[in-house]
Amino acid sequence: MTGNGNGPHAPNERAEESLPAQQSGDPGEVIDVRRGMFGSRNGGDTSGYGGLVRTVRLPGATPRPYGGWFDEVADEFEGALEEQGLDPAHVIERTVVDRGELTFHIAREHLATAARTLRDDPALRFELCTGVSGVHYPGDKGRELHAVYHLRSITHNRLIRMEVSAPDADPHVPSIVDIYPTNDWHERETYDFFGLIFDGHPALTRIIMPDDWQGFPQRKDYPLGGIPVEYKGAQIPAPDQRRSYT
Amino acid sequence: MSSTTHAPAGIRETTEGTVYDVTGGDWDELAAHAAKSDDERIIVNMGPQHPSTHGVLRLILEIDGETVTEARCGIGYLHTGIEKNLEYRTWTQGTTFVTRMDYLTPFFNETAYCLAVERLLGIENEVPDRANVIRVLLMELNRLSSHLVAIATGGMELGATTVMIFGFRDRELILDLYELITGLRMNHAYIRPGGLSQDIPPGTVDALREFLKKMHKNLPEYDALATGNPVFKARLKDIGYLDLAGCMALGATGPILRSAGLPHDLRKAQPYCGYETYDFDVPTVDTCDSYGRFLVRLEEMRQSLRIIEQCVDRLEPGPVMVADKKIAWPAQLALGPDGLGNSLDHIKNIMGTSMEALIHHFKLVTEGFRVPPGETYAAVESPKGELGVHAVSDGGTRPYRVHFRDPSFTNLQSMAAMCEGGMVADVIVAVASIDPVMGGVDR
Repeated sequence: MTGNGNGPHAPNERAEESLPAQQSGDPGEVIDVRRGMFGSRNGGDTSGYGGLVRTVRLPGATPRPYGGWFDEVADEFEGALEEQGLDPAHVIERTVVDRGELTFHIAREHLATAARTLRDDPALRFELCTGVSGVHYPGDKGRELHAVYHLRSITHNRLIRMEVSAPDADPHVPSIVDIYPTNDWHERETYDFFGLIFDGHPALTRIIMPDDWQGFPQRKDYPLGGIPVEYKGAQIPAPDQRRSYT
Repeated sequence: MSSTTHAPAGIRETTEGTVYDVTGGDWDELAAHAAKSDDERIIVNMGPQHPSTHGVLRLILEIDGETVTEARCGIGYLHTGIEKNLEYRTWTQGTTFVTRMDYLTPFFNETAYCLAVERLLGIENEVPDRANVIRVLLMELNRLSSHLVAIATGGMELGATTVMIFGFRDRELILDLYELITGLRMNHAYIRPGGLSQDIPPGTVDALREFLKKMHKNLPEYDALATGNPVFKARLKDIGYLDLAGCMALGATGPILRSAGLPHDLRKAQPYCGYETYDFDVPTVDTCDSYGRFLVRLEEMRQSLRIIEQCVDRLEPGPVMVADKKIAWPAQLALGPDGLGNSLDHIKNIMGTSMEALIHHFKLVTEGFRVPPGETYAAVESPKGELGVHAVSDGGTRPYRVHFRDPSFTNLQSMAAMCEGGMVADVIVAVASIDPVMGGVDR
């Protein structure tokens, strides 16, 4: 941001100080720092918005009690992990309760153990996995690729989320197809779109895109594509070239 | 032909780089080997362009005589990149995209997406009652039309063309209602984050009552035509078998799961849009086969009619959009000479009397509203099973990531388990009982 007379960092620090303290004490996961507005990057923004700095944070770890049945599930889960000789603090990186939903962030090397425990423990019994969804956070250094699993317990009528992350440089996550066979196609889809490699998947090939496709289309650095069109005499740029308000 | 090399292909170095070709390979040897083997094992590609594969679905079948020994699906022929496209539009524009995913269940896609956005915004409880009743009404009409297509195309693929004629005849009644309410027969974008794009037009309730009367007359015809029909039963019974353990492992939901005897229905288990206040049953059978799925769909249509009747009785006047003017679209839509657009009264107001209203309208339409950072998962019971939406926001005016867990995609995986070991003619019946819609599978 060269067009900003105040220097790029000064307003940022002030803004941080003036923010109210987070309730939980955990500032949350910083996934990006956005500067300016309207997608302008070359200092040509004369709108006065060029000095804007916005830190994007996802909700951070929640302190206990989580409320409702969340505590029961967390207790059972941590207890079941301890029974297997694992330290819950190593397996569960963080537990987040946000918008009435419970999320366990799992260390990726323990993903299979965690999934098996959640499925098999009678008090947990999350027997239905609704697949995996990938998310790409290029600004979250070392944790760029996330795989998000939603597990449903029909027995107890509950739904939880399990999230693992992998760095862009080493995009490997263990496959849980042998625990939830339904994830066969879902993991292939996530590989297809994000390049996340699910180690142990029986046949990790592209599923939606053609076999010889180059690149992983749902990553944030993969362009949407499109061409400008003329409408009533004006050039309308392609959707990914239009002005944005981020 | 080189007799010394067994390289699978010829390799030539040229100035442009290495060129691989198939001359000089050992194809003769392969052909001779294939001719010598005495089994009748062949690989058959069914689709992607084939009238009885439910859209552009490619089935790869290994057949020994008439028996299918292995079956696999090839999908992706209808991929349109909707999830990627959503990331370049505002949250409100998203409904226009998601309605096109599973094109036979547009209102379920829209509702699931809007429920996710509303939860991210924290306005779930502020959606007006009337909007919720209309959402339920449209979803149940949609369940009817989706099941009618499932039964109709399933019948057509068996050669039972009367079932198809009946199914599409009754679906047409529902499409007329869609057209009356939303203006379109499909791709509605009628349900919006916060409520609905507009209220139902006058005369809808009368049309609904008329429709209910007709459907109560027409629905028993499927029973009379197919349920007890010995040919129909012979083709469907014990075909496409998938028991409860198989359903759970493969993540199959919807009529497939309920045909295995488990009464799991998100409308009862995790109610949304006020489903807990409606009176209806979740039908199950324990046959685990295509015939059972047909019976489940038929009974679900009767239950949908029950819910629609309750919706019609509950339609009280009121708003159909949240009161928050930062989220609600500023204009009421009206039909003009050039199609549906902003109402003339609204244009007069913003252009002639209130500059603030003009600014507000402009900001909301061009920029959209911001959604606080976080992620959520909203699920609805679509006619095919659990339709889940995983939505992530980075605090901006556009979705950061939206993933649809489409039930067709997940259920289609069970094709192999249902078809392997069966007859090749039964593959059609089994796939029809899954009711996959490729628009939803490939997205």
